Amino acid sequence: MFLQNLTNSLVLGSVYVLIAVGLTLVYGILRILHIAHAGIYAFGALMGLTLYKLTGNILVSMILSAALSGFLGILVYRYFYRKVLSESRIVPLVISIGLFVAMQDLYRLIWGPYKEAFSVNFNIPDIVTENLIITGDQIFIVLVTIISLVALYFIMNKTKWGKALKACADDLQMTGALGINIERTVMLGFFMGSFLAGLAGVLVGIYDNSVYPTMGEVPSYKAFVVVVLGGFGSLKGAVVAGFILAGAETFLVAWKGFLLPRDAIAFIAMILLLMFKPSGIFGRETG
Amino acid sequence: MTLDYLLTLMTFCGIYSILALSLNILIGYAGQVSLGHAAFFGIGAYASAIFTVKLGFSYWVSLPLSILITAFFGFLLGLPSLRVKHDFLVLATIGMNFVVVSLFNYISFFGGPYGIVGIPRPSLFGHTLMTIGYFLYTLLWVILVILFVRYLTKKYVRYGFEAIKEDEWAAESIGVSVPRFKIYAFTIAGALAGLAGNLWAHQMGAIFPDNFSFPVSISILTMVVLGGIGTIIGPIVGAVLLTILPEILRFVQDYRMFIYGVIVVLLMLYQPSGLLGKKGILRRLVTR
Repeated sequence: MFLQNLTNSLVLGSVYVLIAVGLTLVYGILRILHIAHAGIYAFGALMGLTLYKLTGNILVSMILSAALSGFLGILVYRYFYRKVLSESRIVPLVISIGLFVAMQDLYRLIWGPYKEAFSVNFNIPDIVTENLIITGDQIFIVLVTIISLVALYFIMNKTKWGKALKACADDLQMTGALGINIERTVMLGFFMGSFLAGLAGVLVGIYDNSVYPTMGEVPSYKAFVVVVLGGFGSLKGAVVAGFILAGAETFLVAWKGFLLPRDAIAFIAMILLLMFKPSGIFGRETG
Repeated sequence: MTLDYLLTLMTFCGIYSILALSLNILIGYAGQVSLGHAAFFGIGAYASAIFTVKLGFSYWVSLPLSILITAFFGFLLGLPSLRVKHDFLVLATIGMNFVVVSLFNYISFFGGPYGIVGIPRPSLFGHTLMTIGYFLYTLLWVILVILFVRYLTKKYVRYGFEAIKEDEWAAESIGVSVPRFKIYAFTIAGALAGLAGNLWAHQMGAIFPDNFSFPVSISILTMVVLGGIGTIIGPIVGAVLLTILPEILRFVQDYRMFIYGVIVVLLMLYQPSGLLGKKGILRRLVTR
Protein backbone atom coordinates (compact mmCIF):
# COMPACT_ATOMS: atom_id res chain seq x y z
CA MET A 1 0.00 0.00 0.00
CA PHE A 2 2.82 2.37 0.90
CA LEU A 3 4.62 1.76 -2.38
CA GLN A 4 1.40 2.21 -4.33
CA ASN A 5 0.71 5.53 -2.61
CA LEU A 6 4.25 6.62 -3.27
CA THR A 7 3.90 5.83 -6.98
CA ASN A 8 0.59 7.67 -7.18
CA SER A 9 2.09 10.69 -5.44
CA LEU A 10 4.96 10.70 -7.89
CA VAL A 11 2.58 10.75 -10.87
CA LEU A 12 0.24 13.35 -9.36
CA GLY A 13 3.26 15.40 -8.30
CA SER A 14 4.64 15.34 -11.86
CA VAL A 15 1.51 17.02 -13.15
CA TYR A 16 1.44 19.58 -10.33
CA VAL A 17 5.07 20.39 -10.99
CA LEU A 18 4.58 20.95 -14.72
CA ILE A 19 1.68 23.36 -14.18
CA ALA A 20 3.31 25.16 -11.28
CA VAL A 21 6.71 25.53 -12.93
CA GLY A 22 5.05 27.14 -15.93
CA LEU A 23 3.14 29.50 -13.69
CA THR A 24 6.29 30.32 -11.73
CA LEU A 25 8.10 31.32 -14.94
CA VAL A 26 5.36 33.83 -15.75
CA TYR A 27 4.93 35.05 -12.19
CA GLY A 28 8.66 35.39 -11.69
CA ILE A 29 8.94 37.94 -14.48
CA LEU A 30 5.77 40.01 -14.40
CA ARG A 31 4.41 39.37 -10.90
CA ILE A 32 0.90 38.81 -12.31
CA LEU A 33 -1.52 36.42 -10.63
CA HIS A 34 -2.08 34.64 -13.93
CA ILE A 35 -5.36 32.74 -13.37
CA ALA A 36 -5.76 32.30 -17.15
CA HIS A 37 -2.80 29.90 -17.00
CA ALA A 38 -5.37 27.20 -16.21
CA GLY A 39 -7.31 28.23 -19.31
CA ILE A 40 -4.19 27.55 -21.36
CA TYR A 41 -3.82 24.19 -19.62
CA ALA A 42 -7.38 23.21 -20.63
CA PHE A 43 -6.65 24.41 -24.18
CA GLY A 44 -3.62 22.12 -24.29
CA ALA A 45 -5.72 19.12 -23.29
CA LEU A 46 -8.58 19.82 -25.73
CA MET A 47 -6.23 20.63 -28.60
CA GLY A 48 -4.14 17.57 -27.79
CA LEU A 49 -7.16 15.29 -28.12
CA THR A 50 -8.26 16.92 -31.39
CA LEU A 51 -4.77 16.54 -32.87
CA TYR A 52 -4.52 12.97 -31.60
CA LYS A 53 -7.76 12.11 -33.38
CA LEU A 54 -6.35 13.65 -36.57
CA THR A 55 -2.83 12.26 -36.50
CA GLY A 56 -3.08 9.17 -34.32
CA ASN A 57 0.40 9.87 -33.00
CA ILE A 58 0.48 10.91 -29.34
CA LEU A 59 4.00 12.34 -29.29
CA VAL A 60 3.41 14.57 -32.31
CA SER A 61 0.02 15.78 -31.10
CA MET A 62 1.30 16.39 -27.56
CA ILE A 63 4.23 18.52 -28.67
CA LEU A 64 2.20 20.36 -31.29
CA SER A 65 -0.57 21.08 -28.80
CA ALA A 66 1.94 22.32 -26.22
CA ALA A 67 3.52 24.60 -28.83
CA LEU A 68 0.11 26.02 -29.75
CA SER A 69 -0.55 26.59 -26.04
CA GLY A 70 2.75 28.42 -25.91
CA PHE A 71 1.65 30.78 -28.69
CA LEU A 72 -1.68 31.29 -26.92
CA GLY A 73 0.35 32.36 -23.88
CA ILE A 74 2.23 34.90 -26.00
CA LEU A 75 -1.08 36.28 -27.31
CA VAL A 76 -2.42 36.64 -23.78
CA TYR A 77 0.66 38.62 -22.81
CA ARG A 78 0.80 40.85 -25.87
CA TYR A 79 -2.85 41.77 -26.16
CA PHE A 80 -4.03 41.70 -22.58
CA TYR A 81 -1.31 42.06 -19.99
CA ARG A 82 1.20 44.36 -21.67
CA LYS A 83 -1.17 47.32 -21.73
CA VAL A 84 -1.91 47.28 -18.01
CA LEU A 85 1.47 46.45 -16.50
CA SER A 86 1.83 49.96 -15.07
CA GLU A 87 -1.63 49.89 -13.46
CA SER A 88 -2.47 48.69 -9.97
CA ARG A 89 -1.73 44.97 -9.57
CA ILE A 90 -5.42 44.17 -9.21
CA VAL A 91 -6.11 45.19 -12.81
CA PRO A 92 -4.18 42.37 -14.53
CA LEU A 93 -5.65 39.98 -11.94
CA VAL A 94 -9.21 40.90 -12.89
CA ILE A 95 -8.33 40.79 -16.59
CA SER A 96 -6.90 37.34 -16.06
CA ILE A 97 -10.08 36.20 -14.31
CA GLY A 98 -12.25 37.61 -17.12
CA LEU A 99 -10.05 35.91 -19.70
CA PHE A 100 -10.34 32.60 -17.89
CA VAL A 101 -14.16 32.85 -17.81
CA ALA A 102 -14.30 33.77 -21.51
CA MET A 103 -11.82 31.04 -22.48
CA GLN A 104 -13.75 28.29 -20.69
CA ASP A 105 -16.97 29.29 -22.36
CA LEU A 106 -15.31 29.57 -25.76
CA TYR A 107 -13.98 26.01 -25.39
CA ARG A 108 -17.49 24.86 -24.53
CA LEU A 109 -18.80 26.47 -27.71
CA ILE A 110 -16.05 24.92 -29.83
CA TRP A 111 -15.62 21.47 -28.29
CA GLY A 112 -19.02 20.98 -26.64
CA PRO A 113 -19.78 20.73 -22.92
CA TYR A 114 -19.25 16.99 -22.49
CA LYS A 115 -16.38 14.99 -21.11
CA GLU A 116 -14.52 13.21 -23.85
CA ALA A 117 -12.41 10.13 -23.37
CA PHE A 118 -8.70 10.45 -24.16
CA SER A 119 -7.44 6.91 -24.27
CA VAL A 120 -4.03 6.31 -25.70
CA ASN A 121 -2.43 2.94 -26.03
CA PHE A 122 1.25 3.24 -25.21
CA ASN A 123 3.68 0.54 -26.06
CA ILE A 124 4.82 0.65 -22.47
CA PRO A 125 3.89 -2.49 -20.53
CA ASP A 126 2.19 -2.18 -17.15
CA ILE A 127 4.30 -3.29 -14.25
CA VAL A 128 2.22 -5.51 -12.00
CA THR A 129 3.60 -7.09 -8.86
CA GLU A 130 1.98 -8.45 -5.74
CA ASN A 131 1.37 -5.14 -4.05
CA LEU A 132 2.21 -2.56 -6.69
CA ILE A 133 0.69 -1.67 -10.05
CA ILE A 134 2.37 0.86 -12.30
CA THR A 135 0.49 1.47 -15.53
CA GLY A 136 1.96 2.47 -18.86
CA ASP A 137 0.35 5.94 -18.64
CA GLN A 138 1.99 6.54 -15.29
CA ILE A 139 5.43 5.67 -16.66
CA PHE A 140 4.80 7.92 -19.66
CA ILE A 141 3.77 10.88 -17.48
CA VAL A 142 6.77 10.62 -15.21
CA LEU A 143 9.11 10.24 -18.20
CA VAL A 144 7.70 13.30 -19.97
CA THR A 145 7.98 15.32 -16.76
CA ILE A 146 11.59 14.31 -16.18
CA ILE A 147 12.55 15.14 -19.77
CA SER A 148 10.78 18.53 -19.59
CA LEU A 149 12.40 19.44 -16.28
CA VAL A 150 15.87 18.49 -17.52
CA ALA A 151 15.29 20.51 -20.69
CA LEU A 152 14.07 23.46 -18.61
CA TYR A 153 17.10 23.21 -16.34
CA PHE A 154 19.36 23.22 -19.37
CA ILE A 155 17.61 26.21 -20.96
CA MET A 156 17.57 28.25 -17.77
CA ASN A 157 21.19 27.62 -16.82
CA LYS A 158 23.14 27.03 -20.02
CA THR A 159 21.60 29.29 -22.65
CA LYS A 160 21.60 33.05 -23.16
CA TRP A 161 17.80 33.06 -23.23
CA GLY A 162 17.55 31.35 -19.87
CA LYS A 163 20.02 33.73 -18.30
CA ALA A 164 18.09 36.68 -19.73
CA LEU A 165 14.91 35.23 -18.21
CA LYS A 166 16.54 34.90 -14.82
CA ALA A 167 17.86 38.44 -15.06
CA CYS A 168 14.37 39.74 -15.92
CA ALA A 169 12.89 37.90 -12.97
CA ASP A 170 15.46 39.60 -10.78
CA ASP A 171 14.94 43.15 -11.98
CA LEU A 172 13.00 43.86 -15.16
CA GLN A 173 13.98 47.50 -15.63
CA MET A 174 17.63 47.04 -14.78
CA THR A 175 17.88 44.16 -17.24
CA GLY A 176 16.37 46.38 -19.93
CA ALA A 177 18.87 49.11 -19.13
CA LEU A 178 21.70 46.63 -19.63
CA GLY A 179 20.61 46.12 -23.23
CA ILE A 180 18.62 42.90 -23.10
CA ASN A 181 15.48 42.81 -25.22
CA ILE A 182 12.91 42.58 -22.43
CA GLU A 183 9.94 42.28 -24.75
CA ARG A 184 11.34 39.16 -26.41
CA THR A 185 12.44 37.67 -23.11
CA VAL A 186 9.03 38.12 -21.50
CA MET A 187 7.40 36.53 -24.55
CA LEU A 188 9.82 33.63 -24.25
CA GLY A 189 8.86 33.25 -20.59
CA PHE A 190 5.20 33.17 -21.49
CA PHE A 191 5.86 30.70 -24.30
CA MET A 192 7.77 28.28 -22.10
CA GLY A 193 5.36 28.58 -19.19
CA SER A 194 2.32 28.04 -21.40
CA PHE A 195 4.08 25.21 -23.27
CA LEU A 196 4.47 23.36 -19.97
CA ALA A 197 0.83 24.09 -19.06
CA GLY A 198 -0.35 22.64 -22.39
CA LEU A 199 1.84 19.60 -21.87
CA ALA A 200 0.38 19.09 -18.40
CA GLY A 201 -3.12 19.39 -19.88
CA VAL A 202 -2.46 16.56 -22.33
CA LEU A 203 -0.92 14.37 -19.62
CA VAL A 204 -3.82 14.89 -17.19
CA GLY A 205 -6.28 14.22 -20.03
CA ILE A 206 -4.59 10.88 -20.72
CA TYR A 207 -4.23 9.97 -17.05
CA ASP A 208 -7.87 10.72 -16.13
CA ASN A 209 -8.99 9.49 -19.54
CA SER A 210 -11.22 12.55 -19.86
CA VAL A 211 -10.97 16.01 -21.33
CA TYR A 212 -13.56 18.77 -20.88
CA PRO A 213 -13.81 22.59 -21.16
CA THR A 214 -13.89 23.32 -17.42
CA MET A 215 -11.00 21.03 -16.49
CA GLY A 216 -8.94 24.09 -15.63
CA GLU A 217 -11.12 25.08 -12.71
CA VAL A 218 -9.27 23.22 -9.96
CA PRO A 219 -5.76 23.92 -11.31
CA SER A 220 -6.60 27.64 -11.62
CA TYR A 221 -6.15 28.12 -7.90
CA LYS A 222 -4.33 24.98 -6.88
CA ALA A 223 -1.35 25.74 -9.09
CA PHE A 224 -0.92 28.90 -7.03
CA VAL A 225 -0.80 26.88 -3.85
CA VAL A 226 2.18 24.98 -5.24
CA VAL A 227 3.80 28.22 -6.38
CA VAL A 228 3.31 29.79 -2.95
CA LEU A 229 4.52 26.72 -1.06
CA GLY A 230 7.65 26.73 -3.19
CA GLY A 231 8.28 30.42 -2.60
CA PHE A 232 6.82 32.74 -5.22
CA GLY A 233 9.03 32.76 -8.27
CA SER A 234 11.38 29.96 -7.27
CA LEU A 235 11.53 27.18 -9.89
CA LYS A 236 13.36 24.74 -7.62
CA GLY A 237 10.80 25.45 -4.90
CA ALA A 238 7.88 24.78 -7.25
CA VAL A 239 9.31 21.36 -8.14
CA VAL A 240 9.86 20.35 -4.52
CA ALA A 241 6.52 21.76 -3.36
CA GLY A 242 4.62 20.00 -6.17
CA PHE A 243 5.89 16.60 -5.08
CA ILE A 244 5.46 17.31 -1.36
CA LEU A 245 1.87 18.48 -1.86
CA ALA A 246 0.99 15.46 -4.03
CA GLY A 247 2.49 13.16 -1.40
CA ALA A 248 0.65 14.86 1.47
CA GLU A 249 -2.66 14.70 -0.42
CA THR A 250 -2.31 11.08 -1.49
CA PHE A 251 -1.31 9.82 1.94
CA LEU A 252 -3.84 11.89 3.88
CA VAL A 253 -6.71 10.85 1.60
CA ALA A 254 -5.64 7.21 1.88
CA TRP A 255 -5.65 7.58 5.67
CA LYS A 256 -9.32 7.06 6.47
CA GLY A 257 -9.46 9.22 9.57
CA PHE A 258 -8.99 12.42 7.61
CA LEU A 259 -12.15 14.44 7.39
CA LEU A 260 -11.54 17.17 4.84
CA PRO A 261 -11.42 16.86 1.05
CA ARG A 262 -8.24 16.99 -1.01
CA ASP A 263 -8.30 20.63 -1.93
CA ALA A 264 -8.73 21.75 1.66
CA ILE A 265 -5.51 19.90 2.58
CA ALA A 266 -3.58 21.96 0.06
CA PHE A 267 -4.98 25.19 1.39
CA ILE A 268 -4.50 24.36 5.05
CA ALA A 269 -0.89 23.46 4.28
CA MET A 270 -0.50 26.77 2.47
CA ILE A 271 -2.05 28.90 5.21
CA LEU A 272 0.06 27.19 7.89
CA LEU A 273 3.23 27.67 5.88
CA LEU A 274 2.42 31.32 5.20
CA MET A 275 1.91 31.93 8.91
CA PHE A 276 5.27 30.50 9.87
CA LYS A 277 7.39 31.33 6.84
CA PRO A 278 5.60 33.93 4.72
CA SER A 279 8.10 33.65 1.89
CA GLY A 280 7.60 29.93 1.13
CA ILE A 281 9.96 26.97 1.35
CA PHE A 282 12.58 28.36 -1.01
CA GLY A 283 11.53 32.00 -1.00
CA ARG A 284 13.81 34.88 -0.32
CA GLU A 285 12.84 37.10 2.57
CA THR A 286 12.37 40.19 0.43
CA GLY A 287 10.72 40.34 -2.91
CA MET B 1 -41.01 40.77 -17.33
CA THR B 2 -43.07 40.99 -14.20
CA LEU B 3 -42.80 43.38 -11.32
CA ASP B 4 -41.86 40.54 -8.97
CA TYR B 5 -38.93 39.61 -11.18
CA LEU B 6 -37.69 43.21 -11.28
CA LEU B 7 -38.03 43.67 -7.53
CA THR B 8 -36.20 40.42 -6.83
CA LEU B 9 -33.42 41.42 -9.22
CA MET B 10 -33.15 44.79 -7.47
CA THR B 11 -33.02 43.07 -4.10
CA PHE B 12 -30.02 41.08 -5.34
CA CYS B 13 -28.47 44.31 -6.64
CA GLY B 14 -28.83 45.70 -3.13
CA ILE B 15 -27.30 42.65 -1.44
CA TYR B 16 -24.35 42.65 -3.84
CA SER B 17 -23.90 46.39 -3.34
CA ILE B 18 -23.47 45.81 0.38
CA LEU B 19 -20.98 43.02 -0.35
CA ALA B 20 -19.02 45.17 -2.78
CA LEU B 21 -18.97 48.09 -0.33
CA SER B 22 -17.69 45.82 2.42
CA LEU B 23 -14.90 44.43 0.25
CA ASN B 24 -14.09 47.99 -0.78
CA ILE B 25 -13.32 48.84 2.84
CA LEU B 26 -10.60 46.19 2.73
CA ILE B 27 -9.24 46.93 -0.74
CA GLY B 28 -10.02 50.58 -1.23
CA TYR B 29 -9.39 51.97 2.22
CA ALA B 30 -6.97 49.55 3.82
CA GLY B 31 -5.24 48.23 0.68
CA GLN B 32 -5.72 44.58 1.68
CA VAL B 33 -6.75 42.56 -1.38
CA SER B 34 -8.97 39.64 -0.41
CA LEU B 35 -10.15 36.98 -2.82
CA GLY B 36 -12.06 35.10 -0.15
CA HIS B 37 -14.81 37.52 0.67
CA ALA B 38 -17.52 34.97 -0.06
CA ALA B 39 -16.39 33.19 3.11
CA PHE B 40 -17.75 36.03 5.27
CA PHE B 41 -20.86 36.19 3.12
CA GLY B 42 -21.37 32.48 3.76
CA ILE B 43 -20.66 32.66 7.48
CA GLY B 44 -23.31 35.39 7.83
CA ALA B 45 -25.85 33.39 5.86
CA TYR B 46 -25.17 30.12 7.70
CA ALA B 47 -25.19 31.79 11.11
CA SER B 48 -28.58 33.35 10.50
CA ALA B 49 -29.97 30.16 8.96
CA ILE B 50 -28.86 28.09 11.95
CA PHE B 51 -30.28 30.56 14.46
CA THR B 52 -33.69 30.73 12.79
CA VAL B 53 -34.11 27.18 11.46
CA LYS B 54 -32.22 24.98 13.93
CA LEU B 55 -32.53 27.03 17.11
CA GLY B 56 -35.87 28.65 16.37
CA PHE B 57 -34.80 32.21 17.15
CA SER B 58 -36.76 35.15 15.77
CA TYR B 59 -35.24 36.91 12.74
CA TRP B 60 -34.72 40.09 14.72
CA VAL B 61 -32.61 38.22 17.26
CA SER B 62 -30.62 36.31 14.69
CA LEU B 63 -29.82 39.43 12.63
CA PRO B 64 -27.54 41.13 15.20
CA LEU B 65 -26.16 37.75 16.29
CA SER B 66 -25.16 36.77 12.76
CA ILE B 67 -23.54 40.16 12.17
CA LEU B 68 -21.60 39.86 15.43
CA ILE B 69 -20.44 36.37 14.54
CA THR B 70 -19.17 37.42 11.11
CA ALA B 71 -17.47 40.44 12.65
CA PHE B 72 -15.70 38.04 14.99
CA PHE B 73 -14.65 35.83 12.07
CA GLY B 74 -13.51 38.94 10.22
CA PHE B 75 -11.34 39.76 13.21
CA LEU B 76 -10.06 36.18 13.38
CA LEU B 77 -9.34 35.77 9.67
CA GLY B 78 -7.83 39.25 9.65
CA LEU B 79 -5.08 38.16 12.03
CA PRO B 80 -3.04 36.41 9.28
CA SER B 81 -2.97 39.70 7.36
CA LEU B 82 -0.62 41.04 9.99
CA ARG B 83 1.98 38.60 8.82
CA VAL B 84 1.08 37.82 5.24
CA LYS B 85 1.22 40.53 2.58
CA HIS B 86 0.45 41.34 -1.05
CA ASP B 87 0.00 38.35 -3.36
CA PHE B 88 0.53 35.99 -0.45
CA LEU B 89 -2.46 37.56 1.27
CA VAL B 90 -4.56 37.15 -1.88
CA LEU B 91 -3.75 33.44 -1.90
CA ALA B 92 -4.21 33.01 1.84
CA THR B 93 -7.71 34.50 1.53
CA ILE B 94 -8.51 32.16 -1.40
CA GLY B 95 -7.42 29.35 0.90
CA MET B 96 -9.71 30.51 3.70
CA ASN B 97 -12.61 30.60 1.27
CA PHE B 98 -11.99 26.97 0.33
CA VAL B 99 -11.56 25.80 3.89
CA VAL B 100 -14.79 27.53 5.00
CA VAL B 101 -16.79 26.08 2.09
CA SER B 102 -15.41 22.60 2.67
CA LEU B 103 -16.37 22.83 6.36
CA PHE B 104 -19.94 23.69 5.29
CA ASN B 105 -19.80 20.73 2.92
CA TYR B 106 -18.35 18.14 5.27
CA ILE B 107 -19.85 18.87 8.67
CA SER B 108 -23.34 17.45 8.93
CA PHE B 109 -24.43 20.15 11.40
CA PHE B 110 -24.27 22.59 8.47
CA GLY B 111 -26.41 20.27 6.34
CA GLY B 112 -23.55 19.13 4.09
CA PRO B 113 -24.12 19.53 0.36
CA TYR B 114 -27.88 19.75 0.94
CA GLY B 115 -27.46 23.01 2.81
CA ILE B 116 -30.12 24.46 5.07
CA VAL B 117 -33.65 24.89 3.78
CA GLY B 118 -36.82 26.51 5.09
CA ILE B 119 -35.22 29.77 6.19
CA PRO B 120 -38.14 32.06 7.09
CA ARG B 121 -38.74 35.58 5.77
CA PRO B 122 -38.64 38.22 8.49
CA SER B 123 -41.93 39.70 9.58
CA LEU B 124 -42.62 43.20 10.77
CA PHE B 125 -45.70 44.13 12.83
CA GLY B 126 -47.29 40.80 11.97
CA HIS B 127 -46.68 41.15 8.22
CA THR B 128 -44.24 38.80 6.55
CA LEU B 129 -41.92 40.75 4.25
CA MET B 130 -42.61 39.41 0.78
CA THR B 131 -41.20 40.70 -2.53
CA ILE B 132 -41.90 44.44 -2.18
CA GLY B 133 -41.41 44.52 1.56
CA TYR B 134 -38.14 42.64 1.37
CA PHE B 135 -36.88 44.89 -1.40
CA LEU B 136 -37.62 47.99 0.68
CA TYR B 137 -36.01 46.35 3.69
CA THR B 138 -32.87 45.60 1.66
CA LEU B 139 -32.87 49.12 0.26
CA LEU B 140 -33.01 50.50 3.80
CA TRP B 141 -29.92 48.49 4.68
CA VAL B 142 -28.10 49.66 1.54
CA ILE B 143 -28.75 53.28 2.55
CA LEU B 144 -27.63 52.62 6.12
CA VAL B 145 -24.43 50.94 4.89
CA ILE B 146 -23.69 53.84 2.54
CA LEU B 147 -24.13 56.31 5.40
CA PHE B 148 -21.91 54.16 7.60
CA VAL B 149 -19.15 53.97 4.97
CA ARG B 150 -19.38 57.74 4.44
CA TYR B 151 -19.04 58.23 8.16
CA LEU B 152 -15.97 55.98 8.14
CA THR B 153 -14.37 57.95 5.31
CA LYS B 154 -15.08 61.28 7.00
CA LYS B 155 -13.93 60.22 10.41
CA TYR B 156 -10.29 60.00 11.42
CA VAL B 157 -10.33 56.25 10.85
CA ARG B 158 -9.92 56.94 7.18
CA TYR B 159 -6.56 58.58 7.62
CA GLY B 160 -5.37 55.45 9.30
CA PHE B 161 -6.67 53.26 6.48
CA GLU B 162 -5.30 55.50 3.75
CA ALA B 163 -1.92 55.64 5.41
CA ILE B 164 -1.70 51.83 5.51
CA LYS B 165 -2.74 51.60 1.90
CA GLU B 166 -0.14 54.08 0.70
CA ASP B 167 2.83 52.94 2.74
CA GLU B 168 2.81 50.69 5.76
CA TRP B 169 6.29 51.65 6.95
CA ALA B 170 5.61 55.36 6.69
CA ALA B 171 2.27 54.95 8.44
CA GLU B 172 3.95 53.11 11.29
CA SER B 173 6.63 55.75 11.59
CA ILE B 174 4.13 58.59 12.08
CA GLY B 175 2.40 56.63 14.80
CA VAL B 176 -0.48 54.94 12.98
CA SER B 177 -0.90 51.51 14.48
CA VAL B 178 -0.91 49.37 11.34
CA PRO B 179 -2.04 46.13 13.00
CA ARG B 180 -4.95 47.89 14.68
CA PHE B 181 -6.29 49.43 11.50
CA LYS B 182 -5.90 46.23 9.52
CA ILE B 183 -7.89 44.37 12.14
CA TYR B 184 -10.52 47.15 12.16
CA ALA B 185 -10.83 46.88 8.39
CA PHE B 186 -11.24 43.10 8.45
CA THR B 187 -13.75 43.23 11.32
CA ILE B 188 -15.92 45.92 9.71
CA ALA B 189 -15.74 44.26 6.29
CA GLY B 190 -16.65 40.95 7.88
CA ALA B 191 -19.63 42.44 9.70
CA LEU B 192 -21.01 44.07 6.54
CA ALA B 193 -20.50 40.90 4.48
CA GLY B 194 -22.31 39.05 7.26
CA LEU B 195 -25.22 41.45 6.91
CA ALA B 196 -25.29 40.75 3.18
CA GLY B 197 -25.22 37.02 3.92
CA ASN B 198 -28.13 37.41 6.32
CA LEU B 199 -30.17 39.30 3.72
CA TRP B 200 -29.32 36.70 1.08
CA ALA B 201 -30.26 33.71 3.26
CA HIS B 202 -33.69 35.11 4.15
CA GLN B 203 -34.31 36.14 0.55
CA MET B 204 -33.43 32.72 -0.86
CA GLY B 205 -35.02 30.58 1.84
CA ALA B 206 -32.42 27.88 1.21
CA ILE B 207 -28.64 28.04 1.19
CA PHE B 208 -26.00 25.63 -0.08
CA PRO B 209 -22.22 25.60 0.35
CA ASP B 210 -21.71 26.36 -3.34
CA ASN B 211 -23.48 29.72 -2.96
CA PHE B 212 -20.34 30.95 -1.18
CA SER B 213 -17.56 29.34 -3.18
CA PHE B 214 -14.50 30.91 -4.78
CA PRO B 215 -16.24 32.12 -8.00
CA VAL B 216 -18.50 34.27 -5.83
CA SER B 217 -15.45 35.90 -4.26
CA ILE B 218 -14.16 36.53 -7.76
CA SER B 219 -17.32 38.28 -8.84
CA ILE B 220 -17.39 40.47 -5.71
CA LEU B 221 -13.82 41.56 -6.42
CA THR B 222 -14.71 42.22 -10.07
CA MET B 223 -17.61 44.45 -8.98
CA VAL B 224 -15.33 46.58 -6.82
CA VAL B 225 -12.56 46.88 -9.40
CA LEU B 226 -14.87 47.54 -12.36
CA GLY B 227 -16.78 50.21 -10.47
CA GLY B 228 -13.77 51.99 -9.08
CA ILE B 229 -11.68 51.03 -6.06
CA GLY B 230 -11.84 53.40 -3.12
CA THR B 231 -14.99 55.25 -4.11
CA ILE B 232 -18.45 54.72 -2.59
CA ILE B 233 -20.56 54.93 -5.70
CA GLY B 234 -18.12 52.80 -7.76
CA PRO B 235 -18.64 49.45 -6.04
CA ILE B 236 -22.42 50.01 -6.10
CA VAL B 237 -22.38 50.69 -9.85
CA GLY B 238 -20.13 47.66 -10.34
CA ALA B 239 -22.45 45.47 -8.26
CA VAL B 240 -25.60 46.60 -10.07
CA LEU B 241 -23.92 46.28 -13.48
CA LEU B 242 -22.59 42.77 -12.90
CA THR B 243 -25.86 41.59 -11.32
CA ILE B 244 -27.97 42.88 -14.20
CA LEU B 245 -25.53 41.97 -16.98
CA PRO B 246 -26.22 38.19 -16.99
CA GLU B 247 -29.96 38.98 -17.04
CA ILE B 248 -29.60 41.37 -19.99
CA LEU B 249 -27.49 38.79 -21.77
CA ARG B 250 -30.25 36.19 -21.52
CA PHE B 251 -31.12 36.75 -25.17
CA VAL B 252 -27.71 35.38 -26.12
CA GLN B 253 -28.26 32.48 -23.73
CA ASP B 254 -25.59 30.25 -25.18
CA TYR B 255 -22.82 32.85 -25.31
CA ARG B 256 -23.62 34.45 -21.98
CA MET B 257 -20.53 33.65 -19.94
CA PHE B 258 -18.28 34.24 -22.94
CA ILE B 259 -19.66 37.75 -23.48
CA TYR B 260 -19.57 38.41 -19.74
CA GLY B 261 -15.87 37.52 -19.64
CA VAL B 262 -15.11 39.61 -22.72
CA ILE B 263 -16.92 42.65 -21.28
CA VAL B 264 -14.97 42.36 -18.02
CA VAL B 265 -11.67 42.13 -19.92
CA LEU B 266 -12.47 45.05 -22.23
CA LEU B 267 -13.67 47.29 -19.42
CA MET B 268 -10.49 46.58 -17.48
CA LEU B 269 -8.27 47.15 -20.52
CA TYR B 270 -9.80 50.51 -21.35
CA GLN B 271 -10.97 51.62 -17.90
CA PRO B 272 -8.22 50.30 -15.65
CA SER B 273 -9.12 52.60 -12.75
CA GLY B 274 -12.75 51.54 -12.89
CA LEU B 275 -15.81 53.23 -14.38
CA LEU B 276 -15.93 55.71 -11.51
CA GLY B 277 -12.25 55.73 -10.63
CA LYS B 278 -9.79 58.52 -11.26
CA LYS B 279 -9.90 58.31 -15.06
CA GLY B 280 -13.25 56.56 -15.46
CA ILE B 281 -15.71 57.67 -18.14
CA LEU B 282 -18.70 57.64 -15.81
CA ARG B 283 -16.88 59.85 -13.37
CA ARG B 284 -16.16 62.37 -16.12
CA LEU B 285 -19.86 62.36 -17.04
CA VAL B 286 -20.84 62.98 -13.44
CA THR B 287 -18.31 65.64 -12.60
CA ARG B 288 -18.65 67.64 -15.79
